[in-house]
Amino acid sequence: MSTRITRDELAARIAADIPEGAFVNLGIGAPTLVANYLPEDLEIILHTENGLLGMGSAPVDGQVDPDLINAGKQAVTAVPGAAYFHHADSFAMMRGGHLDVCVLGAFQVAQNGDLANWSTGAPGAIPAVGGAMDLAIGAKDVYVMTDLLAKDDSSKLVAECTYPLTGVGCVSRVYTDHAVFDVTPEGFRVREAFGENTVASLSELTGLELQ
Amino acid sequence: MIDKTVADAASAVADIPDGATVMIGGFGRAGQPVELIDALIAHGARNLTIVNNNAGNGDTGLAALLAKGQVRKIVCSFPRQSDSWVFDDLYRAGRIELELVPQGNLAERIRAAGAGIGAFFSPTGVGTELATGKEERVIDGRRYVLEYPITADFALISALKGDRWGNLVYRETARNFGPVMATAATTTIVQVDEIVPLGSLDPEAVVTPGIFVNRVVAVGERHWLQGGSFVGGVDLEGKPADAAEEEAA
Repeated sequence: MSTRITRDELAARIAADIPEGAFVNLGIGAPTLVANYLPEDLEIILHTENGLLGMGSAPVDGQVDPDLINAGKQAVTAVPGAAYFHHADSFAMMRGGHLDVCVLGAFQVAQNGDLANWSTGAPGAIPAVGGAMDLAIGAKDVYVMTDLLAKDDSSKLVAECTYPLTGVGCVSRVYTDHAVFDVTPEGFRVREAFGENTVASLSELTGLELQ
Repeated sequence: MIDKTVADAASAVADIPDGATVMIGGFGRAGQPVELIDALIAHGARNLTIVNNNAGNGDTGLAALLAKGQVRKIVCSFPRQSDSWVFDDLYRAGRIELELVPQGNLAERIRAAGAGIGAFFSPTGVGTELATGKEERVIDGRRYVLEYPITADFALISALKGDRWGNLVYRETARNFGPVMATAATTTIVQVDEIVPLGSLDPEAVVTPGIFVNRVVAVGERHWLQGGSFVGGVDLEGKPADAAEEEAA
């Protein structure tokens, strides 16, 4: 038994929680992997904030269309039933609470649901926020997909974020390689522990009181 | 007779003065009005404030305008990218001012300008450093920050087709900021692949009505279309895919 699942296993785990009919935005980076595990027989509509509902997979060779890209500026396709729209409409879909789920990466998530994922605040770094702050507050459920521990083994689940905030109290669930956590008024609750992880071992790793 | 068509890109941008605020459409390279930007570079207006989602990619288009030292300030959401070296160098050298705006607030501030809205309360950015110093209000239990419109003297945008009244249709995700920027500038200049006869655009399908457009210039069909049909064979920059492979090799 191990204490961690792979990134692809985690993507599949998140995909399994997304119901048919959901409008979903998958953030840049690891969250885009979730698309690979959405069941083909379910109609789940992917939103990309640069102006497309009904985003499909990457195009085949020779069919790259420079006018048809995702928020990460990668070539994509549009599925039958897709719709294009301008930026103000696209962010109205997010800000207006019309999206069901968005999946984002994170530097840190605090036990009150605060999210930090756009800047490490390092001096001299060039700031860039893109749609991160809109996405953070822009879906009925905001899921975070991340490793539990940063490269220096510090916990990404924290009592309070030390990095600059992306959104306040916005995260509803955190999917990590060790466990799935719900954000509750009493803090993080372990929804599902992978492998040999237990609430006690996860408390030790994170330094947080968990339920 | 109303005729907003202009003979070429150079004459379309010829009256943009030094110090102007210019919105430029596009998300990355998609929808970037490259021919109009090239004309603005040749025209030479300086000390410009540019509003765009990004701050240029590679060495062409908006990046080339920055490289010429014509831009004093940029208002955008996402300047730093893997290929934003022109902006990165200018910023680190203190030669360009940056106003960083969350992407949805950027779009809505532009929309507000075009729609005659004096200001609006947005939930985006609440409690973050990008809301520092902004008026905050709680409405129905939710926190919002006050955001003001972004207006411009000129907008340079790209569309697929237009007619002499300035009605426009776009293509796929290249639409992005075009429709909102067209509404928000005093003078909106549009490059299209083709100017079509009045009446040939389906009124049900017009995305930007001509009331928001001042000038239309035809620049020829984009390389990945032929007679209006997608033919592919290009990379994301619109260069022939074979050439890109050779460059990579």
